[in-house]
Amino acid sequence: MHTSKKYSSNKAEDERALHVNRRLFLSSAGLTTAFGTILIVTGCTKEDHQIPGMGDAVDLGSGDIGVLNYAYALEQLEAAFYAKVIDSPFSGMTDVEKTILTDIRDHEIVHREFFKAALADKAIKGLTPNFDGIDFGSRTAVLGAAKLFEDTGVAAYNGAGKLIKDPNYLLLAGKIVSVEARHAAVIRDLINPKSADFAGDDIIDLNGMDKAVAPADILAAVKGYVKDTITGANVGK
Amino acid sequence: MDIFKIIDQFQQIDGDATGRLEYASRRYFMNKVGSKLASAAIPTAFAAIVNKAFAQSAAAVDVLNYALTLEYLEDEFYKGGLVAANLIPASDKSIFMQIGKHESQHVAFLVKALGAKAIAKPMFDFTYKGAFGDVFTNYKTFVTVSSALEDTGVRAYKGQAGVLIADPQILEYALQVHSVEARHAAVARRLAASLLGMPAMKGWITGKEGAVPAIYAGEENMTQGGVNIKGLASKTDAAVTEAFDEPLTKDAVLAIAGPFIKG
Repeated sequence: MHTSKKYSSNKAEDERALHVNRRLFLSSAGLTTAFGTILIVTGCTKEDHQIPGMGDAVDLGSGDIGVLNYAYALEQLEAAFYAKVIDSPFSGMTDVEKTILTDIRDHEIVHREFFKAALADKAIKGLTPNFDGIDFGSRTAVLGAAKLFEDTGVAAYNGAGKLIKDPNYLLLAGKIVSVEARHAAVIRDLINPKSADFAGDDIIDLNGMDKAVAPADILAAVKGYVKDTITGANVGK
Repeated sequence: MDIFKIIDQFQQIDGDATGRLEYASRRYFMNKVGSKLASAAIPTAFAAIVNKAFAQSAAAVDVLNYALTLEYLEDEFYKGGLVAANLIPASDKSIFMQIGKHESQHVAFLVKALGAKAIAKPMFDFTYKGAFGDVFTNYKTFVTVSSALEDTGVRAYKGQAGVLIADPQILEYALQVHSVEARHAAVARRLAASLLGMPAMKGWITGKEGAVPAIYAGEENMTQGGVNIKGLASKTDAAVTEAFDEPLTKDAVLAIAGPFIKG
């Protein structure tokens, strides 16, 4: 493992990020089985072959502004992903699927634009996504990536809640996270209809709880999907 | 961490958190009070029990007992549905077994976390005083109630987030349950939409669209963070309202849940 990444402050953190990153991918068992190759290749790419100069260094900032920018960053990635899904539909996309994916795209764009407006001059720049590892022509790959993004979004908002100091922002995060959870359930139901997967045992623990993941671990997990180098060390602090 | 941490926190608030006597006496109290209530007074009286049974304790205990009330309700509802003969078709059994499993897990978690402070399970009337008289014999009614309970659960948890802001670990648990309720809600809504022939009803809430309209008041809100975002990014009102789920106050939730509770 490398220890010289500029986005990691020390070796232990770097190794932890790698570990969590891998675990986060592997934790979606269905995803790993069906799409292991794509995602594992992506995982390697982002860890080992990040090309300097392809993106900017982006710091999310501190305190509640940091949390809002963190949400803004994730919503940018989701919105860009679904925009591409609708612009270049996978072969055999049904009308039902198209309606659902268009709805989700619009929700993510609303979220993105909401955060951008709310943050005003405190907002981070528009990020440059990197979806090279996703085959947009394949239903399996697109829905697999959508599932990963939605589950990750839910875990991210759940983990960020306790970092928020202003109750108004906390409520806003709450208003959005449940919509992300609805997305996750519907995407999972498209992949495996009428099964228990919409809130599957791969993602929900024995207390019947969704994941709550800290920003550092989420940023490590999505690193491969963005060309910019995002640092969130002071989010919520 | 987990449960032990929460119990520790309660014990710091109240050293008698593990006392069994209080638990037993409260059970008696609740049965007594419950049996004497005029039906119209149930929501208010029930709210009073939830709010005041542990008036000496932290706000977090109230929130957790409020959550436990709703989880008891959901848990009993799915248990009733899953044992009812010829109600849930085989094709949909996996969905409701999974939802029911989670509600049982939520109850178990909250009961453990609250220890002696946990309220006793109320008696329920799932016919909602007759409004859903065939809830365990007509699958359409069952799914209607399921979608309503799940969406109300999402709104209820969301409404308490701010109360828990000073209890970060409990807040996080509440959020982790909240998003599971939202997953349930999305699937229950889609089943209801298909069974009831309501194509405008989606996994997310468009305006205030739902199988039981009364519980969706306020979902059409387009003011977020103090700003009216109608037309944001040139998106339709449908998309803008779908993108944000709205909270409900405890009073509003208990008014909705009240008729399910016999005492």
